Amino acid sequence: MGATVPLQVTVNGEAHASEVPARMLLVHYLRDELGLTGTHVGCDTSNCGACTCLVNGESAKTCTVLAVQCDGAEITTIEGMAGADGTLHALQEGFWAEHGLQCGYCTPGMIMAAADLLARRTGDGPITEDEVRHGLEGNLCRCTGYHNIVKAVQAAAEASRRVAA
Amino acid sequence: MTTIDVPPTKHVGQSLRRKEDPRLITGRATYIDDLALPGMLHAAVVRSPEAHAKVLSIDGSRALARAGVKAVFTGEDMSDLLAPLPMAWAPPGVEIKTPERWPLVRGFVRHVGDAVALVIADSKYTAADAADEVDVEYEPLPVIVNVEEALKDEVLVHESLGTNKAHEWSMGGGGDIEAALAASDVVVERRIVNHRTAGAAMEPRGVIAEFRGGQLTVWSSTQVPHLLRLFYAVQMGISEDKVRVIAPEVGGGFGGKLQITAEETMCAWASRRLGRPVKWIESRSENMAVSHHGRDQVDYVRMGATRDGKITAFHANIIQDLGAYFGLLTPMIPELGAFVMTGCYAIPVVQTDITGVLTNKFFTDAIRGAGRPEMTHMLEVTIDQLAQELGMDPVDLRRKNFIQPDQFPYETPYGITYDSGKYEAALDRALEMLDMDAFRTEQAALRDNGILRGIGFSTYTEICGLAPSRAVGPSGFGLGIGLYESAIVRVHPTGSVTVFTGSSPHGQGHETGFAQIVADRLGTDPSVVEVVHGDTATGPMGLGTYGSRSLSIGGVAVAHAAEKISEKARAIVAHNLEADVADIEVREGKFSLRGDPEQGMTLAEVAGCAYIDATKMPEGMELGLEQSLIYDPSNFVFPFGTHVCVVDIDPETGRVDVVRWIAVDDCGPAVNPMLIDGQVHGGVVHGIGQAIYEQVVYDERGQLVTGTFVDYALPTAADVPSFETDRTETKSPSNSLGVKGIGEAGTIAATPAIVNAVIDALRHEGISYIDMPLTPLRVWQALQEARGGGEGPRETEQGQPLPEQAEGSAGSGPTIPEGGAA
Repeated sequence: MGATVPLQVTVNGEAHASEVPARMLLVHYLRDELGLTGTHVGCDTSNCGACTCLVNGESAKTCTVLAVQCDGAEITTIEGMAGADGTLHALQEGFWAEHGLQCGYCTPGMIMAAADLLARRTGDGPITEDEVRHGLEGNLCRCTGYHNIVKAVQAAAEASRRVAA
Repeated sequence: MTTIDVPPTKHVGQSLRRKEDPRLITGRATYIDDLALPGMLHAAVVRSPEAHAKVLSIDGSRALARAGVKAVFTGEDMSDLLAPLPMAWAPPGVEIKTPERWPLVRGFVRHVGDAVALVIADSKYTAADAADEVDVEYEPLPVIVNVEEALKDEVLVHESLGTNKAHEWSMGGGGDIEAALAASDVVVERRIVNHRTAGAAMEPRGVIAEFRGGQLTVWSSTQVPHLLRLFYAVQMGISEDKVRVIAPEVGGGFGGKLQITAEETMCAWASRRLGRPVKWIESRSENMAVSHHGRDQVDYVRMGATRDGKITAFHANIIQDLGAYFGLLTPMIPELGAFVMTGCYAIPVVQTDITGVLTNKFFTDAIRGAGRPEMTHMLEVTIDQLAQELGMDPVDLRRKNFIQPDQFPYETPYGITYDSGKYEAALDRALEMLDMDAFRTEQAALRDNGILRGIGFSTYTEICGLAPSRAVGPSGFGLGIGLYESAIVRVHPTGSVTVFTGSSPHGQGHETGFAQIVADRLGTDPSVVEVVHGDTATGPMGLGTYGSRSLSIGGVAVAHAAEKISEKARAIVAHNLEADVADIEVREGKFSLRGDPEQGMTLAEVAGCAYIDATKMPEGMELGLEQSLIYDPSNFVFPFGTHVCVVDIDPETGRVDVVRWIAVDDCGPAVNPMLIDGQVHGGVVHGIGQAIYEQVVYDERGQLVTGTFVDYALPTAADVPSFETDRTETKSPSNSLGVKGIGEAGTIAATPAIVNAVIDALRHEGISYIDMPLTPLRVWQALQEARGGGEGPRETEQGQPLPEQAEGSAGSGPTIPEGGAA
């Protein structure tokens, strides 16, 4: 694997200090070193988004990021979305309620990308179908035809708006 | 079967949230790549960069010198395998020339990506590095990629077969097709290219094999764990009871995992040789190159009709591109489509002629719909062409030829018996949702603004519920094994229930739907009914999930098993209440006395009698509350419906946008309407993908141009609309639930609706047909040609739309997994 490099990251609120090969991909670090297998690899080319996580609050396709590029970063994976008591995140609840998933393989990446989309949003009205569709076009799903994913994200946005109001 | 009163439905028919989802939305599910075993080794496959070549030498010494590399195996090493990879269709009376296919090649490669050597190392990074260091010397041979050119046999894919023509299969019914066409007032004809596509499940394939203490355990991302176990026994000579196959969480299949794969064999063989578990996970580049493709036919169709619009005859001459070898069902795919060649229509004379042809590409096999989308495409675009020829409205023409509800069960000219159908009801509902007058007004207004809007219809029926065993098995249609499905329903001593099914889901929602069926029959709640699948050590022999068969075969098996338990439970309750068993009914969560529902027992109380206090059991009744059975239906099921597509075309760019989609499907009574809608949405987008975006492209040297998702365009959320769905419910007499299937319906219906919509938008420009995929370039070129302003749509021999792109990418080289990402 070649030379190793020290790496300090905080993942889902927990600090980790590791020595990793310089060429190790972030997704492999999360999955193989930390055992966070909820983040999936679907394409290796940043097209499908199954590996999407939040790095310092912004969505990143972790199959094309080196782990060492994230030294000092705060990372959130799908495993970090629910509350400590198991309370689902509004997006998780939305995907469940609206049947926004079938095989579930794209779902963690889709939820993380949607979290980024909702966090970046500046408008305060209900999020439109078009905003969701364009906001998620970097994440592929072969099962759902996206219809219910759009509804799930809209439902989550609405639930969050209600909580905030 | 025993017939009992089906209980008043409580859970069936409800859009219950899925039981599967909590683990999936929290990242706690276990897919194949999430598994690791102690001492596990990692495999990488050395793949051919040549489309056709003699392998002169394979030198693994550089790879073996790398630290961590355990072995490099070649085809010769695996000469102890007892059988080549299987093709499971041997139709009586038909000669099929089946090329031998071994997990690793033996002397020749015949497509890009053909497996040449297997590298085993202690990490996946090392395995990928070492695979690049295996030195293979090739002597290139002539390559043939175009299916119609291949028919000339000037270049042979397999010298030993002496021809590229692997099989011919014909079926006619209702009379002589030539005479019927000659007697028709009008005959329309067309050449249709139904291009090659990829299954492209989001999870690539993967396998872990562990041979330990004489026992082979294999985890595989498969749709068919039991078939895989059966084949391991045949190929590796391991007694079936010593083989366990587990399908963990499977991240989509779409037919792509209905396969017995080379990699599954390689890992099992290597584990036996090395005494360590061996894992292989497919990269997306490998997935595009060597997970089987779908479609890929050149079709010549002719349709005859009377002047007043009665279809008199329909002929399809199908040239099927098989690729270089056969997968499990490769030559059978178009035949499956032939069985619904008449679609929803009373067509008196039909004929299907199929020629299977070998080329230097990866093999084609079942992908969502498998033959039926291709046939439905032929039928539905040709009906639109006929309508144009006759000057009729395409909707009226369809309606005029529909099989009527009072004609069911309806025997087609092929001797297939359609179970039930009310085709006009679905069409009428779709038209109600559409408002055609408003559409035509809009269309005219948009055209004035330079936007070309069109509408297309597809009124389909399909054959699914793949069974019955006698019809499809070795002595019938010729599959290597009869198709049925199995179930075990086990009530535990405390009253919770485990259901084992031979179906093997990969996203469909069996754990929820089957639990709803069982809960109603046992007076309990779906939350305490666990559905277990995909493990040959725990579940009964099953045939797996494909062909929209899970509910109408597997679900009915589960229902029947639950009904038998319900019958036993009622006898136990009657005994304890000193009542007549005929007076015990399942009602509101318990088995109650008819007319006095206060008196009764819960399932837990019944289970207590059966397992804990035997004195409460009727004299002579066996203890326990468990039922196992295999269900083999009497007939197929035939779902149907109407799909309507509205497109906008930008004449400046040729871009096609699907702006509206109406789907009215009939799959019988709904178990969970939410799941049905989900299947329709996904199925339609699969069809939109083929019709507008997706194409597997090989250049003329057999190089795969579309080797990643950069080049293979899956539709994104921004490329497709939301859907307007509704259902009609026509019961199937083929099973006691009356259910049909829905997994493939959207894909089967979709492509002709899109093509018909595009042609509707362009007909006034003088354009009568464009082959899929309807890329901006193709549509724009068609417009230029029609307007006399440029070249027409040029096509390469494969029907590829982008010769420039294909040539430009010709040097893209081998599809060996990239070092860091294998």
